[in-house]
Amino acid sequence: MGWFKRLKEGIQTATKHKKEVPEGLWFKCDECKETSTMKELKECFYMCPKCGFHCRIGSHDYFEILFDNGWSEMFEELQSFDFLGFTDLKQYDQRLQDAYTKSNVSEAITVAQGKLNNKSLVVAAMDFSFIGGSMGSVVGEKIALSIEHCLTKKIPLLIISKSGGARMMESAFSLMQLAKTAALLTKLAKSKIPYLSLLTDPTTGGVTASFAMLGDVNFAEPKALIGFAGPRVIKETIKQDLPEGFQTSEFLLEHGFLDFIVPRDKLKERIDNLLEIF
Amino acid sequence: MVFLEFEKPLESLYEQLDKIKQVGQEGDLDVGPMISELETKIQKKKKEIYGSLTGWQKVQLSRHPERPYTLYYIRHICDLFIELHGDRNFRDDKAIVGGLAKIDGQRLVILGHQKGVNTKMRQYRNFGMANPEGYRKSLRLMKLAEKFGMPVVCLIDTPGAYPGIEAEERGQAEAIARNLFEMAQLETPIICYVIGEGASGGAIGIGVGDAVYMFENTWYSVISPESCSSILWRSWDFKEQAAEALKLTADHMHEFGLVDGIVKEPLGGAHSDREGMAATLKKHIKQMIRELKKIPTDELIENRINKYRHMGKFREIVTSVEE
Repeated sequence: MGWFKRLKEGIQTATKHKKEVPEGLWFKCDECKETSTMKELKECFYMCPKCGFHCRIGSHDYFEILFDNGWSEMFEELQSFDFLGFTDLKQYDQRLQDAYTKSNVSEAITVAQGKLNNKSLVVAAMDFSFIGGSMGSVVGEKIALSIEHCLTKKIPLLIISKSGGARMMESAFSLMQLAKTAALLTKLAKSKIPYLSLLTDPTTGGVTASFAMLGDVNFAEPKALIGFAGPRVIKETIKQDLPEGFQTSEFLLEHGFLDFIVPRDKLKERIDNLLEIF
Repeated sequence: MVFLEFEKPLESLYEQLDKIKQVGQEGDLDVGPMISELETKIQKKKKEIYGSLTGWQKVQLSRHPERPYTLYYIRHICDLFIELHGDRNFRDDKAIVGGLAKIDGQRLVILGHQKGVNTKMRQYRNFGMANPEGYRKSLRLMKLAEKFGMPVVCLIDTPGAYPGIEAEERGQAEAIARNLFEMAQLETPIICYVIGEGASGGAIGIGVGDAVYMFENTWYSVISPESCSSILWRSWDFKEQAAEALKLTADHMHEFGLVDGIVKEPLGGAHSDREGMAATLKKHIKQMIRELKKIPTDELIENRINKYRHMGKFREIVTSVEE
C-alpha cells in the first residue's frame, strides 16, 4: 500500500545532478551521471573519465585522435542539394541549411589524409550531427572518390561509420549508394589494399548493409548500437521487448560480425598494429 | 476480381456486362451490340484510369492480391526448373526461391522473392520478407551460375528485408552487404526485374545487375511510403504524399537513370493478363541474355561497376582560395 508515498523526506537529488550545465566547461555522463571537466574528458579521448562511456564525437575529433600532426581534407567541394524537390514537414533544402548551421561540417562524411604513426592513411569519418549521419549521394560519392584515391596512391582506407542509414530525402538515389560503395570496394579488394571498417554509435540501416560490414577487418567501439533495422522498427514488427544488450557491439562480436571491440584510447595503437601487419 | 479503390468505376461496368451476358444466355434477345458497346466503354475507362495513376496507386497495384509472383513466372516461362534449397549454413528461407532452369534451351539460374497466395502461404513465405539465409541462398545460387557459366535472373518483389531479432543475430546487414559486393563482380550476366515491390535493402540485396528493369506498375525506393510517412511526417496517414515525394515509380526511376528500362504491363496491371505478362517477361529475358552474352566478362563487370559508380546527384561548389 501507499506506493506513491515518499520513502525519504527531503530532496534527494545531488546538486550536481540538478542543473543543466553550460557547454564547454563541465561534462555530465549520460551513463553514470557523474561529472567531469571538459578538459578531463578531452584528455580521455571523449570517454567518460569515471566510467569509460564513449561519447559520440565528430569526424574532426577522430582525425585529431588518429593523425600524428595535421591532415588534409579532401573532396570538400561536394555538396548535397534538393534535386527531387523533397518536402515532408520540412523541405530538404531547409534541412540542409539547418544542418549547416547546427553542425560544424558540410556533409555527413568528411575525408582526410594524414599520417598515423608515420603511416599514410585515408580516413573517411561520418558525422551524426549532419542529418543523422545519413547517406545520400554526396556520402556515396565521397566514399567512391576516397576508394579511387586509395587505389591510385596505394594507401589503406579506414571508414568510420556513424549513421542512421540511407537519406530518405534522396529516395532511390541514396539506396543506390549501397550498391555504389560496395561495387567500388571490390576494386580495392582486387588491388589488395586494406580496408578497415570502424563502426561507432550508432551504425544502422543502409550504411551497415553496405560498406560498414565489408571491411577486411570490422571493429567497433564498445557499446555502440549496430544493426540493420532500428530497434523501434523491430519492436513494432515483433511486438515484443528486445533482449538486454541487443544490437550492441558486444552482441555483434558474440554473433560473429565483428573482429574485435576497441576502446577509443587504444584505437590509434590498434590501427597502427593492423597497418603493421597488412 | 478484386477492385482497388480507384478501380471502382470499372466494377460497376463489369457488373453491367455480366448482367447483359446473363440476359443474352437466358433469352433470345440479341445482346451483341450492347456487349461490344460496354466493352468499348470499359476499355476507354481503363485507359483513363491506368493512364494517369499516382505514385500511391501504383504502389497499390504492385501489391494487388492477384498479381503474379516469382514462382508463377518461373512456372510459365521455364521449360525446366529445379528448385534448390538452403544457404548451407542455417536453413532454407521460404521468402526467396530459386534454382536451375532452362528457357528455350538456354540454361540459367533464376531466383526471386516469393509472396504467398493465401493467408497460410503468406505466413509461410513471411510476406516476401527474407532473412539473412535468403540472401545467402541467393548468393550461393549466383556463385553456382558463375561457376557453370549461366546467366542469373533475379525477380524482386519484397516489402523489405525482415526486421526481426533473429535476422539481426544472423547478420541481415552483412548478408545484404555481401551480396552487393559479390554481385558487383560476379563473372556472369545478371538481369534483374522489379516485378512488384522494391523496398530498400531487401530489394537491392538481389538487385545489382547489368540490366535492371522495372515492371510498369511497380515501385523501387529507399523506404516504403508507409514507413517514410511514419518517420518524416510522424504519422501513418501521409503515405500518399510520401509516395509522391519519394518519386518511386518506374517512370521516375528510368528518368533518373537508376534502372535501365521499363517492362510494359497489360492494361490494368500484370494480374489482368497473367499469361500475357509471363510471355512478355520471357521474351525480355531471352533478349537480354542474347545481348549480354556478347559482352566479354571483363567488360561486363567494368560496365556494371561503372554504372553504379555514376549514380548520385550533387553540386560542386567552388572552394575559396586560401590566402
